[in-house]
Amino acid sequence: MATKSLLARKDDLANTETQLEYLSNGIFANGELPTFKDKIAETGNFPLKPRKLEILQINLGYMCNQVCSHCHVDAGPDRKEIMTRETMQQCLEVIKKTGAHTLDLTGGAPEMNPDFRWFVEEASKAGIKDFIVRSNLTIIRANKKYYDLPEFFKKHNVHVVSSMPYYKREKTDKQRGDGVFDKSIKALQMLNDVGYGKEGSSLRLDLVYNPSGAYLPSDQEALERDFKEALKEDFNIDFHNLFAITNLPISRFLEYLIASENYEDYMYALVEAYNPAAVENVMCTNTISISWDGWLYDCDFNQMLGLKVASKVKHISEYNEDLLQNRNIIISQHCYGCTAGAGSSCQGTVA
Amino acid sequence: MQKTYYDPADLRKFGSITEWSEELGNKFFEYYGKVFEEGALSAREKSLIALAVSHVVHCPYCIDAYTKDGLQRGITKEEMMEAVHAGAAIQSGATLVHGVQMMNKYNKLSM
Repeated sequence: MATKSLLARKDDLANTETQLEYLSNGIFANGELPTFKDKIAETGNFPLKPRKLEILQINLGYMCNQVCSHCHVDAGPDRKEIMTRETMQQCLEVIKKTGAHTLDLTGGAPEMNPDFRWFVEEASKAGIKDFIVRSNLTIIRANKKYYDLPEFFKKHNVHVVSSMPYYKREKTDKQRGDGVFDKSIKALQMLNDVGYGKEGSSLRLDLVYNPSGAYLPSDQEALERDFKEALKEDFNIDFHNLFAITNLPISRFLEYLIASENYEDYMYALVEAYNPAAVENVMCTNTISISWDGWLYDCDFNQMLGLKVASKVKHISEYNEDLLQNRNIIISQHCYGCTAGAGSSCQGTVA
Repeated sequence: MQKTYYDPADLRKFGSITEWSEELGNKFFEYYGKVFEEGALSAREKSLIALAVSHVVHCPYCIDAYTKDGLQRGITKEEMMEAVHAGAAIQSGATLVHGVQMMNKYNKLSM
Protein backbone atom coordinates (compact mmCIF):
# COMPACT_ATOMS: atom_id res chain seq x y z
CA MET A 1 0.00 0.00 0.00
CA ALA A 2 1.29 3.46 -0.96
CA THR A 3 2.20 5.76 1.89
CA LYS A 4 2.56 8.87 -0.24
CA SER A 5 0.38 10.66 -2.76
CA LEU A 6 1.02 10.32 -6.51
CA LEU A 7 2.14 13.93 -6.37
CA ALA A 8 4.76 13.31 -3.67
CA ARG A 9 5.95 10.22 -5.56
CA LYS A 10 6.22 12.36 -8.71
CA ASP A 11 4.19 9.71 -10.52
CA ASP A 12 3.17 10.49 -14.13
CA LEU A 13 -0.46 10.08 -13.14
CA ALA A 14 -0.19 13.04 -10.77
CA ASN A 15 -0.49 15.04 -13.98
CA THR A 16 -4.22 15.31 -14.74
CA GLU A 17 -3.57 15.61 -18.46
CA THR A 18 -1.86 12.23 -18.41
CA GLN A 19 -4.95 10.77 -16.76
CA LEU A 20 -7.28 12.38 -19.31
CA GLU A 21 -5.14 11.09 -22.17
CA TYR A 22 -5.25 7.60 -20.70
CA LEU A 23 -9.04 7.81 -20.50
CA SER A 24 -9.32 8.87 -24.14
CA ASN A 25 -6.75 6.57 -25.72
CA GLY A 26 -6.64 2.80 -26.21
CA ILE A 27 -10.01 1.09 -26.18
CA PHE A 28 -11.85 4.41 -26.57
CA ALA A 29 -9.66 5.77 -29.37
CA ASN A 30 -9.77 2.57 -31.44
CA GLY A 31 -13.56 2.32 -31.24
CA GLU A 32 -13.66 -0.84 -29.15
CA LEU A 33 -15.79 1.05 -26.64
CA PRO A 34 -17.97 4.11 -27.27
CA THR A 35 -16.87 7.39 -25.70
CA PHE A 36 -19.15 8.77 -22.99
CA LYS A 37 -20.12 11.58 -25.32
CA ASP A 38 -21.29 9.15 -28.03
CA LYS A 39 -23.09 7.03 -25.46
CA ILE A 40 -25.17 9.84 -23.96
CA ALA A 41 -25.81 11.28 -27.42
CA GLU A 42 -27.73 8.06 -28.22
CA THR A 43 -30.45 9.16 -25.80
CA GLY A 44 -30.22 12.87 -26.62
CA ASN A 45 -28.38 13.76 -23.41
CA PHE A 46 -25.45 15.51 -25.10
CA PRO A 47 -24.53 18.18 -24.21
CA LEU A 48 -25.23 17.35 -20.58
CA LYS A 49 -26.97 20.29 -18.93
CA PRO A 50 -27.53 21.17 -15.27
CA ARG A 51 -30.95 20.80 -13.65
CA LYS A 52 -31.91 22.74 -10.53
CA LEU A 53 -28.91 23.32 -8.25
CA GLU A 54 -29.36 21.34 -5.03
CA ILE A 55 -25.89 20.78 -3.61
CA LEU A 56 -22.89 23.00 -3.00
CA GLN A 57 -19.91 20.76 -2.36
CA ILE A 58 -16.87 22.49 -0.93
CA ASN A 59 -13.48 20.82 -0.77
CA LEU A 60 -11.60 22.26 2.21
CA GLY A 61 -8.26 20.81 1.16
CA TYR A 62 -6.44 17.71 0.03
CA MET A 63 -4.63 17.09 3.31
CA CYS A 64 -5.67 13.82 4.95
CA ASN A 65 -4.45 11.57 7.75
CA GLN A 66 -4.90 8.54 5.48
CA VAL A 67 -3.47 7.47 2.12
CA CYS A 68 -6.21 5.21 0.77
CA SER A 69 -5.24 3.18 -2.27
CA HIS A 70 -8.44 4.07 -4.15
CA CYS A 71 -8.48 7.81 -3.34
CA HIS A 72 -9.72 9.93 -6.27
CA VAL A 73 -8.38 13.08 -4.59
CA ASP A 74 -4.81 11.75 -4.24
CA ALA A 75 -5.11 13.01 -0.68
CA GLY A 76 -2.63 12.36 2.11
CA PRO A 77 -0.54 13.91 4.87
CA ASP A 78 1.89 15.22 2.25
CA ARG A 79 -0.76 17.33 0.47
CA LYS A 80 -0.58 20.93 1.61
CA GLU A 81 -3.44 22.43 -0.41
CA ILE A 82 -5.82 23.93 2.18
CA MET A 83 -8.66 26.44 1.82
CA THR A 84 -7.84 29.80 3.38
CA ARG A 85 -10.20 31.80 5.57
CA GLU A 86 -10.43 34.37 2.81
CA THR A 87 -11.80 31.79 0.34
CA MET A 88 -14.09 30.50 3.08
CA GLN A 89 -15.48 34.03 3.45
CA GLN A 90 -16.25 34.04 -0.26
CA CYS A 91 -17.95 30.65 0.12
CA LEU A 92 -20.04 31.96 3.02
CA GLU A 93 -21.34 34.80 0.87
CA VAL A 94 -22.42 32.24 -1.72
CA ILE A 95 -23.96 29.93 0.90
CA LYS A 96 -26.14 32.78 2.17
CA LYS A 97 -27.54 33.45 -1.31
CA THR A 98 -27.65 30.03 -2.94
CA GLY A 99 -30.79 28.20 -3.96
CA ALA A 100 -29.12 24.90 -3.02
CA HIS A 101 -30.60 23.04 -0.04
CA THR A 102 -27.50 21.01 0.79
CA LEU A 103 -24.02 22.07 1.81
CA ASP A 104 -21.47 19.28 1.58
CA LEU A 105 -17.97 19.70 3.04
CA THR A 106 -15.32 17.30 1.91
CA GLY A 107 -11.55 16.90 1.51
CA GLY A 108 -9.03 15.26 2.23
CA ALA A 109 -10.02 15.24 5.83
CA PRO A 110 -11.89 18.55 6.08
CA GLU A 111 -11.40 18.55 9.85
CA MET A 112 -7.65 19.04 9.33
CA ASN A 113 -8.18 22.51 7.91
CA PRO A 114 -7.24 24.86 10.81
CA ASP A 115 -10.30 27.02 10.06
CA PHE A 116 -12.68 24.07 9.80
CA ARG A 117 -14.55 24.75 13.05
CA TRP A 118 -14.86 28.44 12.40
CA PHE A 119 -16.24 27.73 8.93
CA VAL A 120 -18.78 25.18 10.21
CA GLU A 121 -19.96 27.62 12.91
CA GLU A 122 -20.41 30.40 10.37
CA ALA A 123 -21.96 28.20 7.68
CA SER A 124 -24.44 26.65 10.11
CA LYS A 125 -25.90 30.14 10.69
CA ALA A 126 -26.92 30.37 7.01
CA GLY A 127 -29.95 28.16 7.63
CA ILE A 128 -29.10 25.58 4.98
CA LYS A 129 -31.41 22.55 5.19
CA ASP A 130 -28.89 19.72 5.06
CA PHE A 131 -25.33 20.39 6.23
CA ILE A 132 -23.05 17.46 5.46
CA VAL A 133 -19.48 16.88 6.62
CA ARG A 134 -17.70 13.94 4.99
CA SER A 135 -15.57 12.46 7.73
CA ASN A 136 -13.19 9.56 7.26
CA LEU A 137 -13.89 8.51 10.91
CA THR A 138 -10.27 7.77 11.83
CA ILE A 139 -9.59 11.50 12.11
CA ILE A 140 -11.80 11.50 15.22
CA ARG A 141 -9.30 9.09 16.80
CA ALA A 142 -6.15 10.50 15.19
CA ASN A 143 -5.33 13.07 17.84
CA LYS A 144 -6.82 14.23 21.16
CA LYS A 145 -7.72 17.57 19.61
CA TYR A 146 -10.28 15.76 17.44
CA TYR A 147 -11.86 13.62 20.18
CA ASP A 148 -14.69 16.14 20.71
CA LEU A 149 -15.68 16.23 17.01
CA PRO A 150 -18.85 14.15 17.62
CA GLU A 151 -20.01 16.75 20.17
CA PHE A 152 -19.02 19.57 17.81
CA PHE A 153 -20.97 17.98 14.93
CA LYS A 154 -23.97 17.55 17.21
CA LYS A 155 -23.87 21.15 18.37
CA HIS A 156 -24.14 22.38 14.79
CA ASN A 157 -26.58 19.69 13.68
CA VAL A 158 -24.11 18.44 11.08
CA HIS A 159 -25.11 15.44 8.96
CA VAL A 160 -22.13 13.09 9.16
CA VAL A 161 -21.34 10.98 6.10
CA SER A 162 -18.51 8.56 6.75
CA SER A 163 -16.53 6.21 4.61
CA MET A 164 -16.60 2.61 5.79
CA PRO A 165 -15.49 0.32 2.99
CA TYR A 166 -16.53 -2.88 4.68
CA TYR A 167 -17.84 -4.33 7.90
CA LYS A 168 -14.87 -6.63 8.22
CA ARG A 169 -11.35 -5.68 9.20
CA GLU A 170 -9.35 -7.27 6.40
CA LYS A 171 -10.91 -5.46 3.43
CA THR A 172 -11.05 -2.15 5.24
CA ASP A 173 -7.40 -2.17 6.27
CA LYS A 174 -6.23 -3.41 2.88
CA GLN A 175 -7.82 -0.41 1.16
CA ARG A 176 -7.23 2.23 3.81
CA GLY A 177 -4.28 1.12 5.91
CA ASP A 178 -3.59 -0.96 9.01
CA GLY A 179 -5.63 -0.06 12.06
CA VAL A 180 -8.22 1.92 10.08
CA PHE A 181 -10.97 -0.58 10.84
CA ASP A 182 -10.54 -0.52 14.64
CA LYS A 183 -10.30 3.27 14.72
CA SER A 184 -13.36 3.61 12.49
CA ILE A 185 -15.37 1.29 14.75
CA LYS A 186 -14.36 3.30 17.81
CA ALA A 187 -15.28 6.57 16.07
CA LEU A 188 -18.69 5.21 15.05
CA GLN A 189 -19.33 4.18 18.65
CA MET A 190 -18.41 7.70 19.79
CA LEU A 191 -20.87 9.15 17.26
CA ASN A 192 -23.56 6.73 18.47
CA ASP A 193 -22.84 7.74 22.09
CA VAL A 194 -23.78 11.36 21.42
CA GLY A 195 -26.94 10.29 19.59
CA TYR A 196 -25.84 9.96 15.95
CA GLY A 197 -27.28 7.21 13.77
CA LYS A 198 -29.95 6.04 16.21
CA GLU A 199 -33.34 5.10 14.84
CA GLY A 200 -35.54 8.19 14.77
CA SER A 201 -32.62 10.49 15.66
CA SER A 202 -32.37 13.76 13.74
CA LEU A 203 -28.59 13.46 14.02
CA ARG A 204 -27.95 11.80 10.67
CA LEU A 205 -25.13 9.32 10.31
CA ASP A 206 -24.75 7.70 6.90
CA LEU A 207 -21.99 5.42 5.70
CA VAL A 208 -20.31 5.27 2.33
CA TYR A 209 -19.33 1.91 0.86
CA ASN A 210 -17.06 1.61 -2.12
CA PRO A 211 -15.68 -1.66 -3.48
CA SER A 212 -12.18 -2.70 -2.38
CA GLY A 213 -11.04 -3.59 -5.85
CA ALA A 214 -11.77 -3.65 -9.56
CA TYR A 215 -15.47 -4.45 -9.37
CA LEU A 216 -18.72 -2.52 -9.13
CA PRO A 217 -20.90 -2.22 -6.05
CA SER A 218 -23.99 -4.40 -6.04
CA ASP A 219 -27.44 -3.56 -4.78
CA GLN A 220 -27.27 -0.69 -2.26
CA GLU A 221 -30.19 -1.96 -0.19
CA ALA A 222 -28.76 -5.46 0.12
CA LEU A 223 -25.38 -4.05 1.16
CA GLU A 224 -27.04 -1.75 3.69
CA ARG A 225 -28.84 -4.75 5.18
CA ASP A 226 -25.56 -6.70 5.47
CA PHE A 227 -23.70 -3.72 7.00
CA LYS A 228 -26.48 -3.03 9.50
CA GLU A 229 -26.70 -6.63 10.66
CA ALA A 230 -22.95 -7.09 10.98
CA LEU A 231 -22.13 -3.76 12.65
CA LYS A 232 -25.02 -4.17 15.11
CA GLU A 233 -24.19 -7.75 15.99
CA ASP A 234 -20.42 -7.37 16.24
CA PHE A 235 -20.06 -3.83 17.61
CA ASN A 236 -23.55 -2.59 18.60
CA ILE A 237 -23.26 0.20 16.02
CA ASP A 238 -26.27 1.98 14.50
CA PHE A 239 -26.37 4.14 11.39
CA HIS A 240 -29.06 5.44 9.06
CA ASN A 241 -28.27 4.77 5.41
CA LEU A 242 -25.51 3.24 3.35
CA PHE A 243 -24.45 4.90 0.10
CA ALA A 244 -22.87 2.54 -2.42
CA ILE A 245 -20.39 4.50 -4.51
CA THR A 246 -18.59 3.27 -7.61
CA ASN A 247 -14.84 3.91 -7.76
CA LEU A 248 -14.12 6.22 -10.69
CA PRO A 249 -11.10 5.42 -12.86
CA ILE A 250 -9.05 8.46 -11.94
CA SER A 251 -6.09 9.31 -9.71
CA ARG A 252 -4.93 6.53 -7.35
CA PHE A 253 -7.74 4.17 -8.36
CA LEU A 254 -6.65 4.57 -11.98
CA GLU A 255 -3.08 3.87 -10.87
CA TYR A 256 -4.29 0.67 -9.21
CA LEU A 257 -6.33 -0.39 -12.26
CA ILE A 258 -3.36 0.04 -14.57
CA ALA A 259 -0.83 -1.59 -12.24
CA SER A 260 -3.07 -4.62 -11.60
CA GLU A 261 -3.93 -4.93 -15.33
CA ASN A 262 -7.62 -4.45 -14.56
CA TYR A 263 -8.12 -1.19 -16.44
CA GLU A 264 -9.67 -2.56 -19.64
CA ASP A 265 -11.94 -5.05 -17.89
CA TYR A 266 -13.07 -2.34 -15.48
CA MET A 267 -13.91 0.07 -18.29
CA TYR A 268 -15.78 -2.70 -20.10
CA ALA A 269 -17.73 -3.41 -16.90
CA LEU A 270 -18.63 0.27 -16.53
CA VAL A 271 -19.71 0.63 -20.15
CA GLU A 272 -21.69 -2.64 -20.08
CA ALA A 273 -23.49 -1.49 -16.94
CA TYR A 274 -24.32 1.89 -18.51
CA ASN A 275 -27.81 2.90 -17.46
CA PRO A 276 -29.50 5.77 -19.36
CA ALA A 277 -31.82 6.32 -16.37
CA ALA A 278 -28.79 7.14 -14.22
CA VAL A 279 -27.74 9.85 -16.69
CA GLU A 280 -30.94 11.76 -15.97
CA ASN A 281 -29.98 12.12 -12.30
CA VAL A 282 -26.23 12.15 -12.44
CA MET A 283 -24.67 14.20 -9.64
CA CYS A 284 -23.08 16.90 -11.80
CA THR A 285 -26.57 17.99 -12.91
CA ASN A 286 -27.51 19.23 -9.42
CA THR A 287 -24.12 20.04 -7.86
CA ILE A 288 -21.43 22.69 -7.96
CA SER A 289 -18.05 21.61 -6.63
CA ILE A 290 -15.70 24.25 -5.19
CA SER A 291 -12.00 23.56 -4.76
CA TRP A 292 -9.73 24.62 -1.88
CA ASP A 293 -8.57 27.58 -3.97
CA GLY A 294 -12.08 28.66 -4.98
CA TRP A 295 -12.37 27.30 -8.53
CA LEU A 296 -15.69 25.90 -9.66
CA TYR A 297 -16.25 22.43 -11.11
CA ASP A 298 -19.15 20.22 -12.25
CA CYS A 299 -18.25 17.62 -9.62
CA ASP A 300 -15.48 16.54 -7.26
CA PHE A 301 -14.10 14.17 -9.93
CA ASN A 302 -13.80 16.91 -12.55
CA GLN A 303 -12.10 18.99 -9.85
CA MET A 304 -9.47 16.28 -9.41
CA LEU A 305 -8.99 16.15 -13.19
CA GLY A 306 -8.53 19.92 -13.33
CA LEU A 307 -11.63 20.38 -15.53
CA LYS A 308 -13.04 23.76 -14.49
CA VAL A 309 -16.66 24.59 -15.36
CA ALA A 310 -17.31 25.65 -18.95
CA SER A 311 -18.78 28.99 -17.99
CA LYS A 312 -17.81 32.64 -17.96
CA VAL A 313 -17.94 32.26 -14.19
CA LYS A 314 -15.12 30.00 -13.10
CA HIS A 315 -14.26 31.19 -9.58
CA ILE A 316 -16.13 31.62 -6.30
CA SER A 317 -15.15 35.31 -6.29
CA GLU A 318 -17.35 35.88 -9.36
CA TYR A 319 -20.06 33.31 -8.49
CA ASN A 320 -23.31 33.72 -10.35
CA GLU A 321 -25.79 30.87 -10.09
CA ASP A 322 -27.92 31.92 -13.06
CA LEU A 323 -24.93 32.09 -15.40
CA LEU A 324 -23.60 28.77 -14.12
CA GLN A 325 -26.91 27.06 -14.77
CA ASN A 326 -26.49 27.73 -18.49
CA ARG A 327 -23.22 25.85 -18.81
CA ASN A 328 -22.54 22.56 -20.55
CA ILE A 329 -21.18 19.93 -18.17
CA ILE A 330 -17.70 18.68 -19.05
CA ILE A 331 -17.49 14.95 -19.58
CA SER A 332 -14.93 12.27 -20.28
CA GLN A 333 -14.79 8.49 -19.97
CA HIS A 334 -14.53 8.61 -16.15
CA CYS A 335 -18.20 9.68 -16.21
CA TYR A 336 -19.17 6.07 -16.94
CA GLY A 337 -18.46 5.51 -13.24
CA CYS A 338 -21.52 7.57 -12.29
CA THR A 339 -23.89 5.95 -14.79
CA ALA A 340 -23.14 2.26 -14.22
CA GLY A 341 -25.93 0.08 -12.86
CA ALA A 342 -28.04 1.97 -10.37
CA GLY A 343 -25.73 4.97 -10.85
CA SER A 344 -23.39 6.51 -8.33
CA SER A 345 -23.09 9.86 -6.62
CA CYS A 346 -21.86 11.26 -3.32
CA GLN A 347 -25.41 10.52 -2.13
CA GLY A 348 -25.28 6.92 -3.35
CA THR A 349 -27.31 5.43 -6.18
CA VAL A 350 -29.36 7.70 -8.42
CA ALA A 351 -31.55 5.41 -10.56
CA MET B 1 -6.72 -16.84 -34.84
CA GLN B 2 -5.39 -17.07 -31.32
CA LYS B 3 -2.97 -19.84 -30.36
CA THR B 4 -4.68 -20.81 -27.10
CA TYR B 5 -8.17 -22.20 -26.55
CA TYR B 6 -9.10 -19.74 -23.80
CA ASP B 7 -8.77 -15.95 -23.92
CA PRO B 8 -10.15 -14.03 -20.89
CA ALA B 9 -11.27 -11.23 -23.26
CA ASP B 10 -13.63 -13.70 -25.01
CA LEU B 11 -15.97 -13.56 -22.01
CA ARG B 12 -16.92 -10.01 -23.02
CA LYS B 13 -17.97 -11.36 -26.42
CA PHE B 14 -20.32 -13.99 -24.97
CA GLY B 15 -23.35 -11.99 -26.14
CA SER B 16 -22.19 -12.30 -29.76
CA ILE B 17 -23.32 -15.96 -29.92
CA THR B 18 -26.78 -14.57 -30.73
CA GLU B 19 -25.42 -13.25 -34.03
CA TRP B 20 -25.30 -16.71 -35.59
CA SER B 21 -28.54 -17.96 -34.06
CA GLU B 22 -30.58 -15.04 -32.90
CA GLU B 23 -33.72 -16.65 -31.58
CA LEU B 24 -32.00 -19.40 -29.60
CA GLY B 25 -29.35 -17.00 -28.31
CA ASN B 26 -31.90 -14.48 -27.11
CA LYS B 27 -33.98 -17.19 -25.48
CA PHE B 28 -30.92 -18.49 -23.67
CA PHE B 29 -29.89 -15.07 -22.32
CA GLU B 30 -33.44 -14.28 -21.28
CA TYR B 31 -33.61 -17.60 -19.42
CA TYR B 32 -30.14 -17.08 -17.92
CA GLY B 33 -31.04 -13.62 -16.62
CA LYS B 34 -34.28 -14.88 -15.15
CA VAL B 35 -32.57 -17.77 -13.36
CA PHE B 36 -30.30 -15.45 -11.40
CA GLU B 37 -32.98 -13.02 -10.24
CA GLU B 38 -34.16 -13.04 -6.62
CA GLY B 39 -36.59 -15.92 -6.19
CA ALA B 40 -37.18 -18.68 -3.68
CA LEU B 41 -33.40 -18.57 -3.48
CA SER B 42 -31.66 -15.23 -3.05
CA ALA B 43 -29.47 -13.89 -5.85
CA ARG B 44 -26.59 -14.22 -3.39
CA GLU B 45 -27.24 -17.94 -2.83
CA LYS B 46 -27.53 -18.53 -6.56
CA SER B 47 -24.23 -16.74 -7.12
CA LEU B 48 -22.50 -19.18 -4.77
CA ILE B 49 -24.16 -22.18 -6.46
CA ALA B 50 -23.00 -20.82 -9.83
CA LEU B 51 -19.46 -20.46 -8.49
CA ALA B 52 -19.42 -24.07 -7.25
CA VAL B 53 -20.81 -25.41 -10.54
CA SER B 54 -18.31 -23.28 -12.50
CA HIS B 55 -15.52 -25.21 -10.82
CA VAL B 56 -17.14 -28.57 -11.33
CA VAL B 57 -17.65 -27.96 -15.05
CA HIS B 58 -14.13 -26.47 -15.31
CA CYS B 59 -15.32 -23.24 -16.92
CA PRO B 60 -12.64 -20.53 -16.55
CA TYR B 61 -14.96 -17.86 -17.91
CA CYS B 62 -17.60 -18.77 -15.33
CA ILE B 63 -15.03 -18.80 -12.51
CA ASP B 64 -13.90 -15.28 -13.45
CA ALA B 65 -17.48 -14.09 -13.74
CA TYR B 66 -18.77 -15.53 -10.48
CA THR B 67 -15.73 -14.62 -8.41
CA LYS B 68 -16.31 -11.03 -9.47
CA ASP B 69 -20.04 -11.36 -8.94
CA GLY B 70 -19.39 -12.66 -5.42
CA LEU B 71 -17.05 -9.77 -4.61
CA GLN B 72 -19.70 -7.33 -5.79
CA ARG B 73 -22.28 -8.94 -3.57
CA GLY B 74 -19.99 -8.82 -0.53
CA ILE B 75 -19.57 -12.61 -0.46
CA THR B 76 -16.46 -13.44 1.56
CA LYS B 77 -13.55 -15.51 0.30
CA GLU B 78 -14.30 -18.08 3.02
CA GLU B 79 -17.84 -18.47 1.68
CA MET B 80 -16.53 -18.75 -1.87
CA MET B 81 -14.00 -21.44 -0.96
CA GLU B 82 -16.62 -23.44 0.97
CA ALA B 83 -18.84 -23.33 -2.10
CA VAL B 84 -15.97 -24.68 -4.21
CA HIS B 85 -15.51 -27.48 -1.66
CA ALA B 86 -19.22 -28.29 -1.84
CA GLY B 87 -18.84 -28.69 -5.60
CA ALA B 88 -15.62 -30.66 -5.24
CA ALA B 89 -17.17 -32.97 -2.63
CA ILE B 90 -20.05 -33.83 -4.94
CA GLN B 91 -17.67 -34.35 -7.82
CA SER B 92 -15.35 -36.63 -5.87
CA GLY B 93 -18.40 -38.31 -4.30
CA ALA B 94 -19.74 -38.94 -7.77
CA THR B 95 -16.47 -40.67 -8.64
CA LEU B 96 -16.30 -42.64 -5.43
CA VAL B 97 -19.92 -43.79 -5.44
CA HIS B 98 -19.07 -45.63 -8.67
CA GLY B 99 -16.79 -47.65 -6.43
CA VAL B 100 -19.94 -49.48 -5.40
CA GLN B 101 -20.52 -50.48 -9.02
CA MET B 102 -16.95 -51.68 -9.18
CA MET B 103 -17.46 -53.70 -5.99
CA ASN B 104 -20.74 -55.15 -7.30
CA LYS B 105 -19.11 -56.21 -10.54
CA TYR B 106 -16.08 -57.60 -8.74
CA ASN B 107 -18.27 -59.64 -6.44
CA LYS B 108 -20.45 -60.88 -9.29
CA LEU B 109 -17.49 -62.05 -11.29
CA SER B 110 -15.71 -63.63 -8.35
CA MET B 111 -16.40 -67.12 -7.02
